[in-house]
Amino acid sequence: MDIFGIPVQVLFGQLLIGLINGSFYAVLSLGLAVIFGLLNIINFTHGAQYMMGAFVAWMMLNYLGVNYWFALVLAPLVVGAFGMLAERLMLARLYKLDHLYGLLLTFGLALIIQGLFRNYYGISGLPYTIPPALSGGQNLGFMFLPNYRAWVIVVSVVVCFGTWFMIEKTKLGAYLRAATENPELVGAFGINVPRMVTLTYGFGAALAGLAGVLAAPIYSVNPNMGADLIILVFAVVVIGGMGSIIGAILTGFGLGIIEGLTRVVYPEGSSVVIFVIMAIVLLVKPEGLFGRQA
Amino acid sequence: MVRTLALSTVASIALALPAQAFDIKIGVLNDRSGTYADLAGEGSVVAVRMAIEDFDAAGKGINVEVISADHQNKPDIASTIARQWYDQDGVDVIMDLPTSSTALAVAGITAEMGGIMLNSGAATSDLTGEACEETTVHWTYDTAALANGTAKAVTQSGGDTWFFLTADYAFGHALERDATQVIEANGGTVVGSVAHPFPGTDFSSFILQAQASGAKVIGLANAGSDTVNSIKQSSEFGVTQAGQSLASLLMFLTDVHSLGAQTAQGLVLTEAFYWDLNDETREWSARFEEKMGAKPTMVQAGNYAAALHYLKAVEALGSADDNIAVVEKMKEMPTSDPLFGEGYVRKDGRVIHDMYLFEVKTPEESTGEWDLYKTLATIPGEEAFRALEDGGCEFAMSE
Repeated sequence: MDIFGIPVQVLFGQLLIGLINGSFYAVLSLGLAVIFGLLNIINFTHGAQYMMGAFVAWMMLNYLGVNYWFALVLAPLVVGAFGMLAERLMLARLYKLDHLYGLLLTFGLALIIQGLFRNYYGISGLPYTIPPALSGGQNLGFMFLPNYRAWVIVVSVVVCFGTWFMIEKTKLGAYLRAATENPELVGAFGINVPRMVTLTYGFGAALAGLAGVLAAPIYSVNPNMGADLIILVFAVVVIGGMGSIIGAILTGFGLGIIEGLTRVVYPEGSSVVIFVIMAIVLLVKPEGLFGRQA
Repeated sequence: MVRTLALSTVASIALALPAQAFDIKIGVLNDRSGTYADLAGEGSVVAVRMAIEDFDAAGKGINVEVISADHQNKPDIASTIARQWYDQDGVDVIMDLPTSSTALAVAGITAEMGGIMLNSGAATSDLTGEACEETTVHWTYDTAALANGTAKAVTQSGGDTWFFLTADYAFGHALERDATQVIEANGGTVVGSVAHPFPGTDFSSFILQAQASGAKVIGLANAGSDTVNSIKQSSEFGVTQAGQSLASLLMFLTDVHSLGAQTAQGLVLTEAFYWDLNDETREWSARFEEKMGAKPTMVQAGNYAAALHYLKAVEALGSADDNIAVVEKMKEMPTSDPLFGEGYVRKDGRVIHDMYLFEVKTPEESTGEWDLYKTLATIPGEEAFRALEDGGCEFAMSE
């Protein structure tokens, strides 16, 4: 059976793969959206933080013998701590200035981090194997689904839902949202706003780190892995609406699927399809699909 | 009588003087930060410097300066740098140029500006075919030789239906074309192909298409981290368990090193050089490793050999002023160096030397992190490379 001249099996397979890639986009753009929505920082270091997540997992395994499961928790913490340090030492000084300064600083920071990793570890990438418990796969009839990729979808959905729930439905989330609207007033209630900002940035960085650990067994651990992805993820965030949590999640998954389908219909166009969509969305709805009117 | 005497005196003085010192500037133009930075990059510069030292250029009165730049695998950037080097910086020779699209762009500029391009990094056989120039010398390997190695061996051993995963630029398409010729000539068929964006990260969609094609062999017409990721993800999607096999048409030692013997074991590949071939390659590679912290790839080795041969030609001519004459000299003199052995530069600029068919060792067979290949076959140069008349290089045919 064919749909649009594509065998159904191939179509289903591509949809599933799109979903898997979409879960990376979702987790990464979620971190970006949290940081932008609550801190108003366009965090260009996000790709480098994603790459660091993968590298920290690799270093933990090779230098300390810490396996994947512990790295899944520890590596994001390390990356988050690094993020908080960077926020305290550098970003915190820029909040009163224009957005552009934050963008330039985070962009520069990303280049430095990538350069350092490139110098020490080269460009070819380092091997990181899939944990034995998740190796192998299921034959779904229309495709072979590696267990690890199924695991990536599950983790991503849980993380995305958890983050959304925390920010939109809990008291802590309410404080955070209030602090972005009126930091002085929230501070007057005895809440330490700067600390909250630092923790939020750390959380966003940790999300990138987590995506990095999830990616390490699939893609080789490579200093350029973040740089390759970051522009794409930014496009996802812009399409979803800057700062919109739900927008980041839904467009992340959605665009992954659209990209996957493009790979069947017109493979050469798969690297630009997201940007074409971005251009159209910006023309029709400049605030993004889920963005609030500025 | 007096006049003859005077002339002969002048002549004898001129002969007695050491060859006049002169300057050469070599520009190594390659990928220093992207996907091919480990297989070429700084290592190629180091290899060229080693050639200059081993040749003892300074002792022979030839003052060689080496400069380098990052072309980021982009033809426009490569063209801009090449023009500036020839135009303003007095560069005589541009070397390396991994990424076929950059090499094709610089080959044209080199011919136009009267420089020399000693290419080791690029794969496309068009450099000595349709796009050949009298100022191009193509060292190390090309897509035709890769096809004659891996594609031939795999097809003859029963892998007679192929599906290609092709990097969507000059190199990938040239490799697919050359491999298809070899496959068909050996009784196989190509059932389909998919062109993926370069560089890519996720190949699962393409692997799925290759699986659906039912071909016995999935041919990878890509390189560097694209190949590494394709192989890694193929193993994840159970390609080999399902009965298909992978043929990576271009793999460098650094790629195999990055995959590790566990994932890469059993892969068959074609290379022009391996550090563990003989005593001479081991000795040179050990010196290289001291400087770079890694074993050399064939691209880096090729840069060494190319620089050495160029310097020999310059020495024989006694001048580096006329670049066409230098290339003519390079074609006239047989090549001989510790890394590639004996060979020669053909009229169309193709360097003919032996190629090797290797198989990646299993983790049990491997004794160290760089002990990765066992030799399956040595392919004599004449067999490995495309015949002169099949390339379609006009100036080489007309003479």
